[in-house]
Amino acid sequence: MTKPMTTTTSIATIEQDAPRELKNRALRRFLKHRLATISSVVLLLISLAAIFAPLIASYGYDKIDLRAAGTPPSEAHLLGTDRVGRDIFSRTLYGGQVSLAVGIGATAIATVIGTIIGSLSGYYRGWVDALLMRLTDTVMTFPSIVIMLTLAALLPRSVWNIVLIIGLLSWPAVARLVRGQFLSIREAEFVTAARVIGVPDWRIILVHILPNVFAPLIALITFSVGSAILTEAGLSFLGLGVPPPTPSWGNMLESARNLDILVNVPWMWIPPAITTVLTVLCVNFIGDGIRDAVDPRLVL
Amino acid sequence: MLKYLARRLLVSIPVLISITIIIFTLTELAPGDVVDYFVSPEMEMSPEAMEALRIRFGLDQPAPVRYLNWLGNLVQGELGYRFTDGQPVLDAVSRRLSASLLLMGTALGIGIVIGIPLGVFIGLRQYSFWDFTFTGFSFLGISTPAFVTGILALLVFSIRLNWFPSGGMRPVASDPTLLSTIHHLMLPSLVLSLNYIATFMRYTRFSMLEVVRADYVTTARAKGLASPAITWRHIVPNAILPVITVVGLSVPGLVVGAVFTETIFSWPGMGTLYLQAVTGRDVPLLMGMNLVIALFVLTANIVTDLAYAIVDPRIRYD
Repeated sequence: MTKPMTTTTSIATIEQDAPRELKNRALRRFLKHRLATISSVVLLLISLAAIFAPLIASYGYDKIDLRAAGTPPSEAHLLGTDRVGRDIFSRTLYGGQVSLAVGIGATAIATVIGTIIGSLSGYYRGWVDALLMRLTDTVMTFPSIVIMLTLAALLPRSVWNIVLIIGLLSWPAVARLVRGQFLSIREAEFVTAARVIGVPDWRIILVHILPNVFAPLIALITFSVGSAILTEAGLSFLGLGVPPPTPSWGNMLESARNLDILVNVPWMWIPPAITTVLTVLCVNFIGDGIRDAVDPRLVL
Repeated sequence: MLKYLARRLLVSIPVLISITIIIFTLTELAPGDVVDYFVSPEMEMSPEAMEALRIRFGLDQPAPVRYLNWLGNLVQGELGYRFTDGQPVLDAVSRRLSASLLLMGTALGIGIVIGIPLGVFIGLRQYSFWDFTFTGFSFLGISTPAFVTGILALLVFSIRLNWFPSGGMRPVASDPTLLSTIHHLMLPSLVLSLNYIATFMRYTRFSMLEVVRADYVTTARAKGLASPAITWRHIVPNAILPVITVVGLSVPGLVVGAVFTETIFSWPGMGTLYLQAVTGRDVPLLMGMNLVIALFVLTANIVTDLAYAIVDPRIRYD
């Protein structure tokens, strides 16, 4: 091999390795956040338990057994049964599927809407920005629980409607973050260069700017998953969320609104209470770890 | 400043009207007939009687006409009457609003008084034992929903230990006194304040860490200023400024009440009333409550902005 050849290959490898090096550094910083690392493991276990619920659970989530109604934790029913004899352990596992899916689904919707609004606002500025940000501020300051309660009570109860309701009202934070990033990145020289050679706007937005927004966005998305899980649990707790017999951690907790169950049948509500808090705690620690790893100065 | 205030107030009017239009449209689009919600099935009403009821509530008219009627009444200071029990909306809302403001105001107060000083305290001691302890606590605080802390507090402190009443705002058999109100208020407001404490502490800590590294603090140190003077005159006032916005953002939540906490402790506030309004499809009540909430939100926003301009001379509105 001639000398110039090796130089070109090494430049090529450096260029390829640069993003990977950044990623590795971010990963190392994330792993240094001990709570975030432990939380990832715990959350992974919780998710696996929920995903493989059909294999782990010994009963169906809606299997009624009146003869075993209200039995405390035992060998046959690890965490006991509810008032109609459904196995609490199985319901907690299946409930995890619903709660996690709602959390992720709602956040996905919020992320898509927020990213579209934020990109348009930050890229085009001017009246587009003024209009969209006015909308964002209004949605952000009006207490979203009011609209959520209204929609949840007026629409037919289903898991999909809950995902939609939470997703449609949780995008403003994403929109503001994306807009801020766009405002600064659009002034970068590579964007000017792209514009000069005639790259169309949509391509600049999607291919040139958007990929640079993801790093700071990931931490925010993680926190949103946690708050979406809490919102679902809250709506279900009020009897306006996931309709029975489908279990979710929230509608299992609803049973604790009955004083008799709260005092005398604690095994009915303690498991979903623990899984909800533990999951959201893990998600928040992971979010904190990601924020420290990708951008320690980001305020959320 | 006055000009700014006038413009903000003017902009608020279309926002208010749009919110009421949105809520009205939502109730119109929802499936089901409103009349079915406030007629109990046992009453066995004839179709003619149902029709008479419809006419009495003005439900025979088309939706836009009904909305305009509502708006017309509003301009004359009338919020209308509830579908479910025929009582004036304004009475119900004002009674519930004061109960909610009492509960939420107390909780917010506790949150400010405990959360901000704690944030200052740990912000000055980053990575110390106290920092880890309280930061851990604040993570627990933002990850635990009010209905979980609520049911735990209810179970432990009012049912098992019997320290506090398990619900309501006043004793059943006697007239409410200041002492009995405080006694009823304590548990739900403490439960609610946990979340505020956690949030305010986190923001204050973060803001403290920012300011500690600011150039003007370094300058002050270089000039040889005593440490307490730097802390109290340079760091703390500047660190608390952004926290005002966070506190201001949580004020609109006051008027909605704490739906979960109110439900658990049977507190007669806006949250439980709103639940009744949406589940009973009580359109006049729903419209009235949303109007009050929106008014409160807009006022709170303007007041926050003004407060910010007063404490931070760098900010000018024109």
